Amino acid sequence: MTALDTVEVKEGVDQETVDAVKELSGNYKYGWETEIEMEYAPKGVNTDIVKLISSKNKEPQWMTDWRLSAFERWEKIEEPTWAMVNYPDIDFQDIYYYARPKSMEEKPKSLDDVDPKLLATYAKLGIPLKEQAILAGVEGAEDMPAEGRKVAVDAVFDSVSVGTTFQAELKKAGVIFCSISEAIENHPELVKKYLGTVVPPSDNFYATLNSAVFSDGSFVYIPPGVRCPMELSTYFRINAENTGQFERTLIIADKGSYVSYLEGCTAPKRDTAQLHAAVVEIIVEEDAEVKYSTVQNWYPGDEDGNGGIYNFVTKRADCRGDRSKVMWTQVETGSAVTWKYPSCILRGDDSQGEFYSIAIANNMQQADTGTKMVHLGKNTKSRIVSKGISAGKAQNTYRGLVSMHPKAKASRNYTQCDSLLIGDKCGAHTVPYIEVKNNSSRVEHEATTSKVDDDQLFYCRSRGMDEEEAVALVVNGFCKEVLQALPMEFAMEAQALVAISLEGSVG
Amino acid sequence: MALAQLKIDTTEARLADVEVPQGAAWGNAARADAMARLRQMGLPTKRDEYWKYTDPTSLTAVAAPEAALFHNDEVPLFNAVDRVKIVFVDGVFDADASDDLTAEGVEIERLADAMDTDIHWAKDLYGVLEARGQKPVERPLAALNTALATDGVVIRVTGKASKPVNFVYLHKNTASDAVLHNLVKVEAGAEFTLLETGPAAARFSKQLEVEVAEGGTFHHVRSQGRDHERRAVTHCFARIASNSTFKSFTLTFNGVLTRNECVLEIVGDEATAHVAGVCVGDGTDFHHDDTVFITHDAVNCESRQVFKKVLRNGATGVFQGKILVKEGAQKTDGYQISQSLLLDDDSVFLAKPELEIYADDVACSHGSTSGAIDETALFYLRSRGVSHDDARNLLTLSFLAEALEEIADEGLAEELRDRLEGWLSRHR
Repeated sequence: MTALDTVEVKEGVDQETVDAVKELSGNYKYGWETEIEMEYAPKGVNTDIVKLISSKNKEPQWMTDWRLSAFERWEKIEEPTWAMVNYPDIDFQDIYYYARPKSMEEKPKSLDDVDPKLLATYAKLGIPLKEQAILAGVEGAEDMPAEGRKVAVDAVFDSVSVGTTFQAELKKAGVIFCSISEAIENHPELVKKYLGTVVPPSDNFYATLNSAVFSDGSFVYIPPGVRCPMELSTYFRINAENTGQFERTLIIADKGSYVSYLEGCTAPKRDTAQLHAAVVEIIVEEDAEVKYSTVQNWYPGDEDGNGGIYNFVTKRADCRGDRSKVMWTQVETGSAVTWKYPSCILRGDDSQGEFYSIAIANNMQQADTGTKMVHLGKNTKSRIVSKGISAGKAQNTYRGLVSMHPKAKASRNYTQCDSLLIGDKCGAHTVPYIEVKNNSSRVEHEATTSKVDDDQLFYCRSRGMDEEEAVALVVNGFCKEVLQALPMEFAMEAQALVAISLEGSVG
Repeated sequence: MALAQLKIDTTEARLADVEVPQGAAWGNAARADAMARLRQMGLPTKRDEYWKYTDPTSLTAVAAPEAALFHNDEVPLFNAVDRVKIVFVDGVFDADASDDLTAEGVEIERLADAMDTDIHWAKDLYGVLEARGQKPVERPLAALNTALATDGVVIRVTGKASKPVNFVYLHKNTASDAVLHNLVKVEAGAEFTLLETGPAAARFSKQLEVEVAEGGTFHHVRSQGRDHERRAVTHCFARIASNSTFKSFTLTFNGVLTRNECVLEIVGDEATAHVAGVCVGDGTDFHHDDTVFITHDAVNCESRQVFKKVLRNGATGVFQGKILVKEGAQKTDGYQISQSLLLDDDSVFLAKPELEIYADDVACSHGSTSGAIDETALFYLRSRGVSHDDARNLLTLSFLAEALEEIADEGLAEELRDRLEGWLSRHR
């Protein structure tokens, strides 16, 4: 019996709709698997595995030591339990911490050398052909004319970066965009200076684990005064079974620079859950601005809650310089369990942090997500707009902190969190923490929880829309504020995602 | 999970020399149960999430910190109200100072007498709501109160009470450590107003368990003393049946430490529950914490939480509020607002306004704001010839108005408003 068979159907919803729901839920587009020969590190985690990952990435000793000290700490700390999520205990020794396609042992020199299966994987995921060619690590492809708008992509497949596009063109502008393993090799001074300064290895259980075992990820450095000539993105794909993905992203926007960064992610359908524990650190110097957008579409598990990705992520931006700005936008539709709080440390005077989020949880999904805005500098501003949608038997929690320190004079925060429930078996929760320690700052928080408005639905229905279309429209209206904050590349995708996740959820 | 050593140590130290009161009947079992609950949970420490913003150390310490007595010549609050006055001095019932414990529509007894009666309605209430209220959040200090309460009053309301009952808590001993436990049972269709006034003791632990039956009405208005050095932890647990009304308002003037927990469970349809509070605090030795947890477990009910705080000279105000809407509690209308007015740059407001919702056809909203007095409004009043201090008082009172409006009885509301005005004029 599936979860939906047991859901009591409200009056007015016909069986056809319920059948449609059954068909649609679990209709995860990216659930296929690439059959490719992989090489794995032995299962489990210990100092040998940490050293192995470090040696696979040809890291210097200081990096290996950094990892080992994180691992030593991780062994002593306990998994946090405060989030409103329930999942079976994770056996951290039953996971592969390193998996890479065999064909990636040597970096491909030309298109012909790239494993066609990798190419096909990215083609199927909808990444444009041109980019795909570059993605697979083809050297020289950058000289081919770009089709339409340029987006440089770093593609991460399980534990390794497959390739990074437009590196040459970015280099001309002085921008460094590469995998973090390459950065450790080629720009150790930058990595050494910034790594772990925003999310220290001691930050939390998963960040500590990540610090010990991260295998790859993306590195971005925008030099002073440079506006990054194109959008940068990383696409994370988990493919191998029983494998955890631990990536680390480090973005540095030097004085007066600007970059917009996109992140996407998918994984195959599997009956067993998989762990993804990433760390993203952003450093924003004086007058610099970073936009970080995520469409998180990890496999959410089936309708009975089997399988799916456990997404335990630490993301934090440090607005170090005066007038620096960071904007987080996230659309969360995937993952069985999400534990994620992209945060802003507003250290510089007049710095700004923004957080726009839509989190959609259907079936047995559980999401506990939100943000932290820590105001330290004078005249700092933050804005939080969070929309949570729950359907099926899902639980969706907004958890956030707004903190005004005594020295953060004349600062401002505005928070709005809304939750929408579709069906009477799901839950929506709001857990905001507000700490105000001076009186020249203003903090405002408001939240509402409501169901899809009957009048609005009736109006749409009277105009000839069927119920599902009507709900999709109302919900899109509800989410518009967030969707508008997404970069163009994601806007269409986000609209479609909202519709997909809610299909059949009426009642 | 095993308790942390600090918790065990704190708990055992606190319990080492206490004498659990012994009675002749069911009370002993109720107290033993509470003690078992307490030992299982352990007393709170400042590492507990639920005590994140308030340090419980002085509330769990073996001895109560001393508190100087506070004298003033003002007429006691509600002096002119026709009421049944029940006086406790440092937590001990004072028969001579109290009125005759009779009024139409109510039956009043001392807790010890009820506990010594084999068959008594109080048995189904004493510690019962407290035990229910331990989930999902533990409230060990309430269990401690149930185990150790030495005095209190039990009130059964059978009809429309002819006049309110006023618990008057006097503080006369600088080292007093009072533990009181009161019960109120409002029978179906009955109506009752409970007033509470005074600081009570140097350290005061007080619990009130209220059962409101179908169609019953319970009004509660209290004021926790005036500029006293006292520390207090109070708990109010209520179970609210269908078509009934529960309204509670608390006014706090200063006091070193106050933690007021209000735990309401709405179990019948079409019921209403309102909790409101105003606190005004001056100085770094003022810490006030309102912790509210309202559970909706019935259809078509309304709840409101309205809390306003005025803080100055380094005072700290805390609000932890929660609305829990259980599965099936459709048509719930939940409202929660917590606001603070910080009159200077040193005061602190800490809030955690939570929602937890498992039903889709509900409307729950919460708001929380914090900021300084509106300079534009102040300027406007000044331009109209109002003095700076008067203008500020006026704006402060208007900020507090929404909470004061939660008091149904206008006479009582007016009296509290006057006291507030006086306090604000003195604390400039």
